[in-house]
Amino acid sequence: MSIRDDLEIILPWFNPDSRVLDLGCGDGTLLHSLHQSANIEGYGLEIDPGQINACVGRGVNVIEMNIDEGLTRFADKSFDTVVMTQALQVMKQPHVVLDEMLRIGKECIVTFPNFGNWHTRFYLAFKGRMPVTKQLAYQWYDTPNIHFCTVRDFENLCAEKGIRVLHREFIAERSVGRQVKGVWPNLFSETAIYHLTV
Amino acid sequence: MPESIPSDSVGLVTPELIAFDQPLTLACGRTLPGFELMVETYGQLNAARDNAILICHALSGHHHAAGYHSMEDRKPGWWDLYIGPGKPIDTNRFFVVSLNNIGGCHGSTGPRSENPQTGKPWGPDFPPLRVRDWVNSQAMLADHLGIDCWAAVIGGSLGGMQAMRWALEYPERLRHCVVIASSMKLTAQNIAFNQLARQAITSDPDFREGDYLDANVTPRSGLALARMIGHVTYLSDESMGSKFGRELESGSFQQGVASPVEFKVEGYLKYQGSAFSGSFDANTYLLMTKALDYFDLAREYDDDPATAFTHARCKFLVVSFSSDWRFSPARSQEIVDALISANKDVSYAAIDSNLGHDAFLLPNPRYEKLLTTYLARVSEEPGSGEAAA
Repeated sequence: MSIRDDLEIILPWFNPDSRVLDLGCGDGTLLHSLHQSANIEGYGLEIDPGQINACVGRGVNVIEMNIDEGLTRFADKSFDTVVMTQALQVMKQPHVVLDEMLRIGKECIVTFPNFGNWHTRFYLAFKGRMPVTKQLAYQWYDTPNIHFCTVRDFENLCAEKGIRVLHREFIAERSVGRQVKGVWPNLFSETAIYHLTV
Repeated sequence: MPESIPSDSVGLVTPELIAFDQPLTLACGRTLPGFELMVETYGQLNAARDNAILICHALSGHHHAAGYHSMEDRKPGWWDLYIGPGKPIDTNRFFVVSLNNIGGCHGSTGPRSENPQTGKPWGPDFPPLRVRDWVNSQAMLADHLGIDCWAAVIGGSLGGMQAMRWALEYPERLRHCVVIASSMKLTAQNIAFNQLARQAITSDPDFREGDYLDANVTPRSGLALARMIGHVTYLSDESMGSKFGRELESGSFQQGVASPVEFKVEGYLKYQGSAFSGSFDANTYLLMTKALDYFDLAREYDDDPATAFTHARCKFLVVSFSSDWRFSPARSQEIVDALISANKDVSYAAIDSNLGHDAFLLPNPRYEKLLTTYLARVSEEPGSGEAAA
């Protein structure tokens, strides 16, 4: 089974035999891989009926829940890791969700599309239109992505909140970006990946 | 009546009355010296005896969950939509066991049965029952059928309470627990509705303090009213609105015309009440509603549901329906929260439906697909032989 690049990168960040909460778990691919490879148990939260059924079909624990309605039902530090991949930008209050993730988990892992990427910047600068790319494939009026941020924005938010960055990784799809993403991640990466704690 | 048996039906079925001569000590402290259970089974028990599913019925349910008793039957069993070849509870894969619980009035030992000490029907003297008494009698049924471990115990509403109690009392004897439209305990509002129903029955002059069988009468009007009250709580405002609206059964609002009006919904409730009161036993109704009221999953676990569920070994599927106000989605979420705190495997689906509590019995494509997917996995995983080793 091939899994998404960002998932591939974060797999080693989870401790074997640990307990994981996956916010917006989709079809359960990550939780399934974690269970297969490292005996990691966990739950996924998901709102889409089709994705929930896919999780059930894989034997992944999935709880139907709207994350925007809050995560107060989960106790402090009740999970080793709380993870959210490619979903921060669809949250109504991403900063609150981030706080909650760090309250519930000892560590948290977040991946999100980097809106500071040069392609997105050029698209807006020269076409004068909201970027529609392979990764961000929605028109402005019907996009679920309501809170885009850049790598620099996210770093600033973490600094303001006193969040410690344990690891950061970036994915650049284009070859030019792959060579220089380490130097200018905000300009050259399409996907940002953070491993955080407080 | 079916002109022909549909291909996805379990077909014609015959219930079997199974006698148990071992005593059953009840939660109330009294002992039934022996008892009988009316049971139906569908599908085939496999050689490993690990493909059995137990269906636990709700308040007014019974053993006849699927198929037809004869070609003259007007309707199939109460959960026929979900049990059959190729249906979510697939009888091509599973051996499905459905029974009438003790205290019932459809053939199992209950208030209408003869009290061996008096030679007369038990009537109001039948011992009060709790959910755990049903679970214990179901475990004896499993022994009788040679089933060490159920692939799944499944129940809706009061049936879901039995399924959860199974998970705590016999953790080694089920691999999956499917809890549908249920609750860990009743709310004050739930108990209040049950009390209205009981009051309707006991205030019927024909009830005669429960000794109506001696007098050869039945408290039909009280039982009908009890059913009408209950039935309203099984439906939703929206479903009643779309089914009946303000349509008239008879009469007219025309000015100058004296024509008494009956709304369709009134006629419907009268019909439901009347049909029920002709077939159900009043003492059974009192006993079943009290068992519902008394149920509290975590009572002997320091009132902590998470502590209670630490005793479970099985995996759980919890399902709720959006318009169910009898056991609302919040009640199911409490079950899920406790299971997560206890670190148990659980999946939860909050199904969108406007059909109220009754939704668990009715067609719903998402719910059907979810159960199908979940149970297909259950049938493919290693069986009880390995799981119990």
